[in-house]
Amino acid sequence: MLPVNYFISLFSLIILISNTSGLYFHIGETQKKCFIEEIPDETMVVGKYKVQAFDPSVKDYMPSAPGIGMLVEVRDPEDKIILSRTYAAEGRFTFTSHSAGEHVVCLHSNSTAWFSAGQLRVHLDIQVGEHAVDYQQIQAKDKLSELQLRVRQLLDQVEQITKEQNYQRYREERFRQTSESTNQRVLWWSIVQTVILLITGFWQMRHLKSFFEAKKLV
Amino acid sequence: MGHLYIFVALLATSLSIINAVELTFELPDNEKQCFFESIEKGTKSTIEFQVITGGHYDVDMELTAPSGQILYKDVKKQYDSFTWTADLSGIFKFCFSNEFSTFSHKVVYFDLEVGDEKPLVEGMTSHDTAMTLMETSAQNTHEDLKTVLDYQTHFRLRESQGRGFAEDLNERVMIWSIGESIIIVIICIGQILVLRSFFTDKHKTASAT
Repeated sequence: MLPVNYFISLFSLIILISNTSGLYFHIGETQKKCFIEEIPDETMVVGKYKVQAFDPSVKDYMPSAPGIGMLVEVRDPEDKIILSRTYAAEGRFTFTSHSAGEHVVCLHSNSTAWFSAGQLRVHLDIQVGEHAVDYQQIQAKDKLSELQLRVRQLLDQVEQITKEQNYQRYREERFRQTSESTNQRVLWWSIVQTVILLITGFWQMRHLKSFFEAKKLV
Repeated sequence: MGHLYIFVALLATSLSIINAVELTFELPDNEKQCFFESIEKGTKSTIEFQVITGGHYDVDMELTAPSGQILYKDVKKQYDSFTWTADLSGIFKFCFSNEFSTFSHKVVYFDLEVGDEKPLVEGMTSHDTAMTLMETSAQNTHEDLKTVLDYQTHFRLRESQGRGFAEDLNERVMIWSIGESIIIVIICIGQILVLRSFFTDKHKTASAT
């Protein structure tokens, strides 16, 4: 009789494969597609993707795309690259945010074609925060009962809520700063423009006066 | 034999794929972006979308069933949520279109939920007996926290919209103020030059005659 571990790993593999064939979209072979994730800090993001190439002879998408790799690039809110790796046609990437804000996840196939020769079908699944946690694994590892696992899930959810609230406080502060800056700018620039008008007015009158005096018209 | 039975049961559970995907992407002007999802018959699904930044914060959305029937079609919507039950299995397609806009690219958020949430513990024994009070209240707490997280997401999107607009306004105030100041200075100098040219010509003709 095969050990239970074998079944668990086979089951997980099937879950992985069947879960990746979820949402999909089409992009050109040389096209880059980016997704924005606005997340608080210390949040884990797990992305799974699968790429299929269009086969013009069959007029359908092949079950796999041999020889095509996907460059996955993740930028943090300061536009710094925190993950840039080429994975195979089917892969899983994960990163943890170190600062709160808009992270951009970009997928780009490393095809060397000059112009977009073919279309690619990309299956994508991005899970953020507590959705990314695999409770099966945690139960197996820590040997928790169902209630304990449920409480662990509740703890994760509450932690995410707290992080999101913190992030929201920081965002509100930024919003307030932007509004106050606009207020100041409107005030300051109005004063500056009035001063410019007055100065140029005086300069005009003075210049004309000396001009007319030189021309002996006054 | 018992292990095999459990394995087959787990496999059967996994096949009713339950999925929730939320993505935020940028939709350039004059473009259409389509997403496809395979849904089993009888599964209740919800699609929710919101435009975060760009233009008048509106986008066209169209949801098509595998039979080609259009389940939902609306133009220039800022936010909407649509629930439907799949009456046949197949690939459902939903498209966001920004083709009516000539220069503003939009950032669109959508959340697609297919089916119910998958149970936390995949085990046959958990459904044999009724849940205890503790388990029920834990389940209820879980549902409530999910609602809280959902509200937080909505709030974050609204706030992001407002903040984007405020930052745009801030920049525009700066750019237009600088532009106006330059225009004032140019006009003042221009006025003087034009005036001088009037009097210079007249003076020349006056002295010639």
